[in-house]
Amino acid sequence: MTTSLESDLPTMTNVARVTLRHPMRWVTAVVCVILLSLVFRAFAYGQIEWSYVGQFLTAKAIMIGFSNTLLMTVLAMALGIALGLLAALMRLSSNPVANAVAAGYIWFFRGTPVYLQLLLWFNLALIFPVIGIPGLVEARTVDVMTPFLAALLGLGVCQGAYTAEVIRAGILSVDSGQIEAAKAVGMRAPQVLRHIVLPQTLRIITPPIGNEVIGMLKHTSLAAVISYHEIMHTASMIYFVNNRVIEMLIVCSIYYLFAVTLLSLGQALLENRLGRSLNKSSGKLKVEEGVGA
Amino acid sequence: MIPAILARDLRKSFGSVSVLRGVSLDVQPGEVFGIIGPSGSGKSTFLRCLNSLETIDSGDLYVNGEFVGYCFERGNLRELSDREQSAQRMRIGMVFQRFNLFAHMTALENVTSGPIIVKKLSRVDAGEQGRHLLDQVGLAGLYDRYPVQLSGGQQQRVAIARAMAMDPEILLFDEPTSALDPELVDEVLETIRQLAQQGRTMVVVTHELLFARDVCDRIAFMDQGQLIECAPAEDLFATPQKQRTRDFLQRFNVSEPS
Ligand SMILES: Nc1ncnc2c1ncn2[C@@H]1O[C@H](COP(=O)(O)OP(=O)(O)OP(=O)(O)O)[C@@H](O)[C@H]1O
Ligand SMILES: [Mg+2]
Repeated sequence: MTTSLESDLPTMTNVARVTLRHPMRWVTAVVCVILLSLVFRAFAYGQIEWSYVGQFLTAKAIMIGFSNTLLMTVLAMALGIALGLLAALMRLSSNPVANAVAAGYIWFFRGTPVYLQLLLWFNLALIFPVIGIPGLVEARTVDVMTPFLAALLGLGVCQGAYTAEVIRAGILSVDSGQIEAAKAVGMRAPQVLRHIVLPQTLRIITPPIGNEVIGMLKHTSLAAVISYHEIMHTASMIYFVNNRVIEMLIVCSIYYLFAVTLLSLGQALLENRLGRSLNKSSGKLKVEEGVGA
Repeated sequence: MIPAILARDLRKSFGSVSVLRGVSLDVQPGEVFGIIGPSGSGKSTFLRCLNSLETIDSGDLYVNGEFVGYCFERGNLRELSDREQSAQRMRIGMVFQRFNLFAHMTALENVTSGPIIVKKLSRVDAGEQGRHLLDQVGLAGLYDRYPVQLSGGQQQRVAIARAMAMDPEILLFDEPTSALDPELVDEVLETIRQLAQQGRTMVVVTHELLFARDVCDRIAFMDQGQLIECAPAEDLFATPQKQRTRDFLQRFNVSEPS
C-alpha cells in the first residue's frame, strides 16, 4: 500500500508567502486623518486665544476650584458608598421594615434629577426652618445648609441610591455554594457577610464603582447651581468678567481629562490587585502543565 | 448510647414535589454510614437537613442528641438563633460535591478560616494546625495556592481539610468525587478512607459503590425519597432483600461479590 505522503499534491515548502491585504484599514485611517486635521484647523483658526489657556491653567482660582471638585468627588462618593452599602444590606435583609425603607429611599432618589435634589437640599430651610433636637441643640437651617453641605448631601445621598443597586447585584452574584460552605463551617450570618461575601463583592463591583466615581467627578459641576465653588463655577465667574468662554472651557476640559486619566489608572491597579486570587499564575506561583481547575 | 444521628419519619417537599417521604434511620457514634441511590432520590436533601441547610417539614431529627434547628423552650419548639445555629453546625463538618472553596482565599486560608473566625484561634496556632491538616491530605507545599490554581482533586482535599479543621464530631460527604475527572477520584477516596479509620462518625453519599462497600459499616439504599433498605455493607451487596435494591445494584454489576 502506498502512503499518501508521496502524492502529487503541491508542497508548501519553499514557496514565497504573502500577507493578506487589509484595504479597509487604510481607508479608515485616511478618513480619520482628514477629520482630525479639519478639527485641528478649526481650533487653530478659530477665535481662541491660546495664551489665555496657558495663563489660566495655572491660575490660583482655577486650582482652588479644581481642588474643591476633587474634594467633593471624594466626600460625596464616600457618602454614596456608605449609604449604598447600608441600603443594599437592608434590601437583602429579612427584616420587612428595613426592606421597605431601603426600597423607598432608592425609589425617591433615583426617581428625581440630581439637579432638583441639590436645589431641594439647599432650600431645605423653606421646609424645616430649624433643625436639631428641640430644647437641646437647635440651629437655623439657613446657617447650617451651606453650599458645601447641600452639595455633599445632594450628590452623596443620590449616589447612594445608585450604588445600593450596584452593591446589591454584586452581593447576589457571590457563589451561593461558598455561602453554604461558610455556614457549614459554623460562621454566623454577619461573619459570612464580612469574611466571605463582601471581599468577593468588592472585586465584582470595582469596575462599575470606578465608572460611578468618574461620573461623580463630572456631576460635581451641577453643584455650581447652588454656588459651590467647584472648577466650572469658578471658570464661569471668570468668563463672565473677561468673556474668554472657550478658553476657560478648554482649561476645565484639561483638568477633567487629567483627573479621569489618573482615576482610570488607579482603577486598573485596584482591579489587578483584587483579581489576584483569580489569576491562574499569579505571584511566585507557577502552575504545572495540565493542572487546571 | 445516644445515636450520633437519629431521624424518625422525616418529610420534606419543595412546593408540590415530595423529596423526603418518611425517612427513618440512626447512625451510631464512630460509625461510617453510606447512602446510595439513584439521582434525584433525595440523598443530598437528607444530608443538607442534618446541618440545617434545609429545614424539614415534619418528623424528628436529632444530631448529637440535640434537635436540629430547634430547641425546647417552655414547652414549645423555638427556632434556633443565628448564634445557636452556628454552635450546632460547628459540630458537623460537610464536604460538598462542588468543593465550594472560598475563591478569594488560599488553600491554607480556606482551612484556617473556620478556626480563626469561628473559634477565635490565633493565626499562628490555626496556621500550624492548618498546615498539618494539608500535609495529611497530601497537599504539603501547596498552602499558598488559590483554588483556581489547584486541580479538582486537590480542591476537594482542601475542602476535606477545611471541614476537619473544626474537629467536628460528625463529617458529612455529599458525593465528594462525582465532580472529578476519573483519574482524580482515587486520591480523594484514599483521603476519605484514611479518615474513616480514625473513628469519627461519617455519613457518605456516593456513587462509588465498591468504595462504599469497602469503607462503610452500614449502607442505606434510598429511592424516591424513601429509605428502601439499610444493612451492613457486605450484606447489602451480597444479599439485598428488596427488589428495587437488587435492580439498582445490578445496573452497576456489583450485586454478586466476585
Ligand atoms: N431547592 C430545591 N427546590 C426544588 N426542588 C429541589 C431543590 N433541591 C432539590 N430538589 C429536588 O429534590 C429531588 C431530590 O434532590 P436531591 O438533590 O436530594 O437528590 P440526590 O439524591 O442528591 O440526587 P443526585 O444523586 O443527583 O445528587 C430532586 O428531584 C430535585 O429536583
Ligand atoms: Mg445529590
